[in-house]
Amino acid sequence: MKLVTVCGPPSSGKTAVILKSLDALRSRGRKAGVVKFDCLSTEDDVLYEKAGIPVKKGLSGPLCPDHYFVSNVEEIVQWGRSEGFDLLVSESAGLCNRCSPHIKDVLAVCVVDNLSGVTTPKKIGPMLKMSDIVVITKGDIVSQAEREVFASRVAAVNPKAAVLHVNGLTGQGAFELSSLFDDDAKEVESLIGAKLRFTMPSALCSYCLGETRIGESYQMGNVRKMKMD
Amino acid sequence: MINEISSHTVNSLLEKYPFAATFFDGHHVQTEGREEGTVQTLLARSVAEAGEDAITTADELLEQLTEHINQMLLFLADDLDTVRSLSILPGTHKDGSPEGFSNITINSGETICIVGPTGSGKSRLLGDIEWVAQGDTPTGRHVLLNQQVPDRKWRFSPTHKLVAQLSQNMNFVMDLTVREFLEMHAESRLIDNVGDVVMRIMDQANDLTGESFAPTTPITSLSGGQSRALMIADTAILSRSPIVLIDEIENAGIDRRKALGLLLSEDKIVLMATHDPVLALMGGRRLIIANGGIEAVIETTDTERGILEELAVMDRRMMDLRNRLRRGERLG
Ligand SMILES: Nc1ncnc2c1ncn2[C@@H]1O[C@H](COP(=O)(O)OP(=O)(O)OP(=O)(O)O)[C@@H](O)[C@H]1O
Ligand SMILES: Nc1nc2c(ncn2[C@@H]2O[C@H](COP(=O)(O)OP(=O)(O)O)[C@@H](O)[C@H]2O)c(=O)[nH]1
Ligand SMILES: [Mg+2]
Ligand SMILES: [Mg+2]
Ligand SMILES: [Zn+2]
Ligand SMILES: [Zn+2]
Repeated sequence: MKLVTVCGPPSSGKTAVILKSLDALRSRGRKAGVVKFDCLSTEDDVLYEKAGIPVKKGLSGPLCPDHYFVSNVEEIVQWGRSEGFDLLVSESAGLCNRCSPHIKDVLAVCVVDNLSGVTTPKKIGPMLKMSDIVVITKGDIVSQAEREVFASRVAAVNPKAAVLHVNGLTGQGAFELSSLFDDDAKEVESLIGAKLRFTMPSALCSYCLGETRIGESYQMGNVRKMKMD
Repeated sequence: MINEISSHTVNSLLEKYPFAATFFDGHHVQTEGREEGTVQTLLARSVAEAGEDAITTADELLEQLTEHINQMLLFLADDLDTVRSLSILPGTHKDGSPEGFSNITINSGETICIVGPTGSGKSRLLGDIEWVAQGDTPTGRHVLLNQQVPDRKWRFSPTHKLVAQLSQNMNFVMDLTVREFLEMHAESRLIDNVGDVVMRIMDQANDLTGESFAPTTPITSLSGGQSRALMIADTAILSRSPIVLIDEIENAGIDRRKALGLLLSEDKIVLMATHDPVLALMGGRRLIIANGGIEAVIETTDTERGILEELAVMDRRMMDLRNRLRRGERLG
């Protein structure tokens, strides 16, 4: 089974792009499934089910969805294999702009949209800078010039990535993206021993552990203070 | 190349490759006050300062910087101008039956129209060209450049695009004035004389639309016609892509003949899906699409060109009346 990790800021078009790409793969006889990671709730699983795509949903609750992702990815891979998928896609929300679910030797896709502003590529951390493919959506809403400026900013922060424009509504470009899933994603039997491309933030302060009170005496563990001068 | 770059001083690198500044900025590498040191020192220092926030090692950053510079050099190299012809080799209709032509070749300087009922596959054909299809799209078509199988770079490089696409929507979302916006676009295209180019685009855009606008106008407040005029002038003058695709462009409020003339004058291949007779007759040939396939290629005849003259007169009259209405004049 092949595995692809898809991440990107909320509402950038991840679900739309995955739906259209899996549609194209299905027309070529591939069987694909999705696992969706989110914090509190997600409606995406309904969308996938409606499209006839087997889906598993993981809600991280108080944990960072990306931490939750790594803690569960091996089980997910085994689920996908037992379902007999040719391809498993993970979608995760990328909420803090700092975490990235990308794993070494697993095809990594980041979805960003043209509406998010030209400084976004610089602001998004490893999830954009360390991905193999950057998909840019919502090109239908902006001008050719804005598309070019945005894409050139993406290329400047991740010169090695393949950059594709996909329209999440019409599916233009999704067939092309799906052929990259086919060609570039590697077969995975197990991820035990595989490594993240980039370390997750070293959280674990008292607030991670449920502290709600404010004040220095309640702050323990990995605490960082702003420079106020 | 990597060694050469790492041993440059920051100053001399930026002098030789000014576009490296975008890379440093994108990776939060602070160059100020460090211009005299080597690039290697700069990157190492930047990674060290970022501490646990550092995304990459200094070596990885250097590798990426090198890649960025390589891509930009490729972009600046003149090989975009070497696309002299585009050929389409047959695939299949939606029902799987083969297309009936053997090879359709379009040379630079030509304008081709694509016509056919809704859902027939016009946008798919434009998609095949943009992806330089090699039997790997739903149609199974192959696309050749200069009669040869093209380099894969055309597919993925955002800076090295084969195709500039003018789409139906030409909205702007950035919070910039027309001048700032054009400057930003020109800079991303690595243009030298930004000021001149911006003025040229402004002039041409105002020539295409009845309602003129100023460099200080915010782009988000442009009217539909003004936006289209600006985008067409911008694509004609700034885009280096040798092929321009136009998918059902809405054309109210612009002088369509002038617009197409402007796109053509830069010696590109123009393909447009349209049912507007003025645009369709300006093409030298029309591809007729049905059931997902190219059914026929029709040359524009002299009789048809005669009709174009008629339409052009009507068109100008409409534009004129519209502009007079706008100015608050009486029409008769
Ligand atoms: N030869 C083909 N084989 C398989 N599918 C095809 C073929 N040609 C087109 N299609 C598919 O048919 C659908 C409609 O095609 P397309 O969007 O290109 O039509 P269109 O002519 O642009 O329509 P409209 O005028 O409404 O814009 C698309 O999903 C496209 O991928
Ligand atoms: N206009 C336009 N809308 C899009 C495009 N891609 C996605 N959307 C819309 O953007 C919204 C968010 O998309 P979704 O896939 O749910 O984003 P996700 O949160 O990243 O999974 C939805 O309403 C989509 O229909 C696109 O290419 N163009
Ligand atoms: Mg989603
Ligand atoms: Mg169409
Ligand atoms: Zn996180
Ligand atoms: Zn914490």
